[in-house]
Amino acid sequence: MADSVSGLSSVEAIDLTPVEKPRQLFLEVLYDWVTTVDHKKIGLMYIAYSLIFLVIGGIEAIVMRIQLAVPHNTFVSPQVFNRMFTLHGTTMVFFVGMPILFGFGNYLVPLMIGARDMAFPRLNAFSFWISAFGGFLLYYSFIGGSGLYGAGSAPDVGWFAYAPLTARVFSPGHSTDYWTLSILLSGIGSIGTALNIVATVICMRCPGMKLNRMPLLAWLYLVTSSMVFIAVSPLTAAQIMLMLDRYVGSHFFDAQAGGSAILWMHFFWIFGHPEVYILVLPAFAFANEIIPVFSRKAIFGYPAMVAASVGIGFISLSVWAHHMFAVGMGAGANVFFVFSTMIISVPTGIKIFNWLATIWGGKIRFASPMLFSVGFLFQFLVAGLTGIMLSVAPFDWQLTGSYFVVAHFHYVLVGAILFMIFAAFYYWFPKATGRMMSERLGKWHFWLMVIGFHLTFDFMHIPGLLGMPRRIYTYEPGRGWEIWNLLVSIGAVIQAIATLIFVYNLVHSYYKGEKAGNDPWDAWTLEWSTASPPPSYNFATTPIVHSRRPLWDIKHPEDPDWNYE
Amino acid sequence: MFVLSITAVIFVIVAGLLTYALIRYRHRNLLTYNEPTQIYGSNQIELAWTVIPALIVVMLFLTASRVILATQDAKKPTDAVDVVVVGHQFWWEYRYPKLGIVTANELHVPVSDPAHPTPTYLEMSSADLDHSFWVPRLAGKMDLIPNRVNTMWIDPEAPGLYLGQCAQYCGVQHAKMLLRVYADSPKEFAAWVAQQQKPAVEDPAVAEGRAAFLRNACVNCHTISGTPANGRFGPDLTHLASRDTIASGAVENNPTNLKQWIDNPDSLKPGSLMPAMHLNDHDLNAITAYLTTLH
Amino acid sequence: MSTIPITPDPADEPWVLPDRGTIGMACLIIAESAIFVIFVVAYIFYMGQGLGGPTPKQVLELPIFTTICLLSSSLTLHWAVVGLRKSKIGAFNAWLAATVVLGAIFLIGTGMEWYHLIYVDGLTIQTNLFGTTFYSLVGLHATHVIVGLLMLIAALIFGLTGHVDEKHAHRMDVLSLYWHFVDAVWVIVFTVVYVLGR
Ligand code: HEA
Ligand code: HEA
Ligand code: HEC
Ligand code: CUA
Ligand SMILES: [Cu+2]
Repeated sequence: MADSVSGLSSVEAIDLTPVEKPRQLFLEVLYDWVTTVDHKKIGLMYIAYSLIFLVIGGIEAIVMRIQLAVPHNTFVSPQVFNRMFTLHGTTMVFFVGMPILFGFGNYLVPLMIGARDMAFPRLNAFSFWISAFGGFLLYYSFIGGSGLYGAGSAPDVGWFAYAPLTARVFSPGHSTDYWTLSILLSGIGSIGTALNIVATVICMRCPGMKLNRMPLLAWLYLVTSSMVFIAVSPLTAAQIMLMLDRYVGSHFFDAQAGGSAILWMHFFWIFGHPEVYILVLPAFAFANEIIPVFSRKAIFGYPAMVAASVGIGFISLSVWAHHMFAVGMGAGANVFFVFSTMIISVPTGIKIFNWLATIWGGKIRFASPMLFSVGFLFQFLVAGLTGIMLSVAPFDWQLTGSYFVVAHFHYVLVGAILFMIFAAFYYWFPKATGRMMSERLGKWHFWLMVIGFHLTFDFMHIPGLLGMPRRIYTYEPGRGWEIWNLLVSIGAVIQAIATLIFVYNLVHSYYKGEKAGNDPWDAWTLEWSTASPPPSYNFATTPIVHSRRPLWDIKHPEDPDWNYE
Repeated sequence: MFVLSITAVIFVIVAGLLTYALIRYRHRNLLTYNEPTQIYGSNQIELAWTVIPALIVVMLFLTASRVILATQDAKKPTDAVDVVVVGHQFWWEYRYPKLGIVTANELHVPVSDPAHPTPTYLEMSSADLDHSFWVPRLAGKMDLIPNRVNTMWIDPEAPGLYLGQCAQYCGVQHAKMLLRVYADSPKEFAAWVAQQQKPAVEDPAVAEGRAAFLRNACVNCHTISGTPANGRFGPDLTHLASRDTIASGAVENNPTNLKQWIDNPDSLKPGSLMPAMHLNDHDLNAITAYLTTLH
Repeated sequence: MSTIPITPDPADEPWVLPDRGTIGMACLIIAESAIFVIFVVAYIFYMGQGLGGPTPKQVLELPIFTTICLLSSSLTLHWAVVGLRKSKIGAFNAWLAATVVLGAIFLIGTGMEWYHLIYVDGLTIQTNLFGTTFYSLVGLHATHVIVGLLMLIAALIFGLTGHVDEKHAHRMDVLSLYWHFVDAVWVIVFTVVYVLGR
């Protein structure tokens, strides 16, 4: 594969092959990583950290699925089940989704805009460690969270922790304190990293990299990170209020003293809804880089893609109450939120259609990254359409709080985001390690994952339509839910096997993988112009770009991109 | 349903195009490789796929708003039945203010004849946390929230039993906060009302059980009308024996279950807020016997 | 091997990018504003909803003097930075010291107000919803004043020990952005709590 760029050796170039380092002691390596401020190492630590949590969160999911496989199961007690979904949701959103996306952002954004590091390297390390600490704190609650009778250990308030369930009377002990504290810390970390990414994208671009020449990935990270300021901060504020309630006895969410349960809902979803777009935009970002390369075509409608992303960012700030159609808002408010929610499908549709048009007329190579991207396209389409169904309030009065919602959001979170994360792994692994991941294992992983995914989350819609609420640890037989739950549980196990293959593939390829070379995919963005793995200074000389696809220009001097911009 | 068909059509079209593109343009021949024509965009096409979804959205939105307004602003007929629903951690309290009835867990409403509708209006609030009233075949959900009164209405047109359950996570036993709504024919409903309005049965045969009940802490949490027991923390037991289930639909109401429940509620519904009372066997049997007479 | 041509394109205009310090501070300010918005919303939401007194009308007095101090400290800080840019270290130190004093007066004012509220009027954060929202909002702001003040004091120490010259004017710019922000927030807090809230 590496020869495909051999035509380039004629270009004036500098040898970047890194000097072979002497073997280091384990402690030295550890010290190196702990004290590093290099954006690539921090990025990799983010990614490794969230992979660990993915497995933990996945095991929690498996526990839930075993419990729900048959009615009246007694695999775990109700208390344990409630802790499982709370930890699963919290872990997956705050300690898998956010850090893994920030990890890729950290790794890729400076490389793709031709910078040597992030704007604030030390802040970067600080943000990582504080988020990491948050995650450990959440799990430390298993040990430290014990309290009065019934308070249990780990928190069991659900990932959106509706008030007043979190008040001292209903959650004695310390478990809920661990929950708020860990979210608060990870929120601070997220804001720090987001600040860093925005400053990097705005202030560190290499010469010639105008805003309208940035890779779409950089654009999407810019939008996502900007949303973090406006979305995560309210959560931070709400957590501060909750802590004040729990520790110094204030009454923000204390119903007995006139505090309002609804206020928490608003604050949470003002964060919660933009949050899901914060999670999905980086997935779009990966698709924007991978789909063109494997279709061998430039992205279709670059300006429209940018506009759509910014549009999604803005609209998503005004839709939060679609999670609250059943709390009894007035008809006027309901109508407003129906509208703002639905209108989001226009910019999102633009994205889907532009990807379709990018594929159209291309020459598609179905390597693992592309396979996962294709899975993403189909699954995101379905997920978006079930989202539109939910946004129709009368429909949502039926379905809110049911397994239909659970199916909808796993379709996005797993079917779209997790699939794109896998795609990104296959795509950028060679850059980060210098070795290819195994294609054969990749295919196994992909097909098992697709089968497991559809078995789990397709059939999850049905019990939802049949009236099965979420967050129940068991159910009565005879309402037609049994068979679907069983299928769902089987699917979850298949997903676990697929994930295991993936983890094996990562480890195996790291040591034994085929050598990758600088540019194994014959791609067009700057990160492929430096060595794999990139040296700590990224680029020996600061690159200068003249178009959106600098490497295309080099590979096709007869027909460079700048003619078309 | 309208929404369903629109989304299905969109799915078929987009997924179809995608599949076609993937098959048609997959790369077969590795040897004669050259890059395909580069296309950067097209204003007309992009405009088209902005405007068409926008139109669909407007259409969906108008339909949705019509239904929202029709449901939320519906006029309340004069002969509607009023029920106050209070959510408690893991059970439901029902009060019929106009009829002077207090009961728990099993809601009785009259069947509503389309020609002459007698809907039931539910005024809902909560004694502790958020709950949600959901009987899928009767209506959508409505949350029960402390310090707040929400209303909704139902008008079942066929008699029978409608099952549902709490749909907003409310703690350990959220799963067993089940709902049973009985839609009775007008005659049955009238009979039920008449019977519920009576004070508790006083059967001399179980006087011993009655005394044991009153002697124990049961009275702090439960009400039995006509007796000193007037607690409001747990369900009203005045007509307990007229109910088909106990503990919010968790188990069938029969002497065995009842006895087990009083002995150790956690064995049937772990985490329920009724403590095990540690009664001696004699009291336990007597109280169970007493409760089974409360028709 | 690298594959990027390193010859610059003569057609390209000179490459200038915004300063990262300013951008970073702007981002921080946006995030902080969002936090304040939530606290202000909570305050407004619970306005007049408390069960039982004391009410704002009974106990709050307009803190005019401290407000004037805080707002004028923005001006003095501005002059300090102007002085620094002109290399007038003496002026810089003087104005900066004035800023610190004004900020400290504001804090002392708040402290006295709270002391009065707690020990004379019996209003604590636990008393009612007014107490809850009042102390948290004003307290959040005061925390920011403290943080800002600490940084200003650090700058002042550097200034007095002769470690500051006009090369650092830019950093002082960034710092003063933060201070101006804290002042601007006070205007909002003042309006909501002391004007509308009474
Ligand atoms: C990354 C995650 C993600 C994403 C991207 C989305 C995207 C969307 N979501 Fe989802 N959602 C969640 C994650 C996500 N959601 C989560 C986690 C929850 C539950 C939280 C909890 O309760 O625990 C949730 C819950 C949720 C609810 C509340 C359900 C309830 O609890 O009652 C609603 C209701 O409106 C909703 C709607 C939507 C809509 C309209 C979109 C839209 O953005 C989708 C837009 C996309 C398309 C529509 C497809 C492509 C478009 C076209 C092909 C154009 C043509 C189409 C039309 C004209 C219709 N979502
Ligand atoms: C990014 C987010 C994300 C991801 C990836 C997932 C992934 C999965 N989720 Fe999760 N889920 C949420 C976010 C996510 N979820 C959220 C936010 C909630 C709401 C929580 C709440 O209500 O508060 C939720 C709730 C939720 C529920 C509902 C609980 C309830 O309401 O009662 C269920 C039930 O089936 C479920 C299942 C699954 C399954 C089977 C997967 C699978 O895709 C997981 C597959 C992955 C693995 C299985 C990991 C691999 C494991 C190994 C490699 C180890 C193997 C070893 C052993 C098994 C020993 N999830
Ligand atoms: C601390 C309060 C408390 C005490 C004391 C108490 N109960 Fe209960 N009881 C409850 C609560 C709460 C429930 C509802 C539990 C649920 O469904 O989750 C309940 C439910 C019941 C039920 C089922 C009612 C129904 O409609 O489903 C019966 C029967 C019952 N209690 C009997 C008793 C008897 C007999 C005693 C005394 C020996 C007693 N209770 C003492 C709180 C109490
Ligand atoms: Cu009540 Cu869930
Ligand atoms: Cu949402």
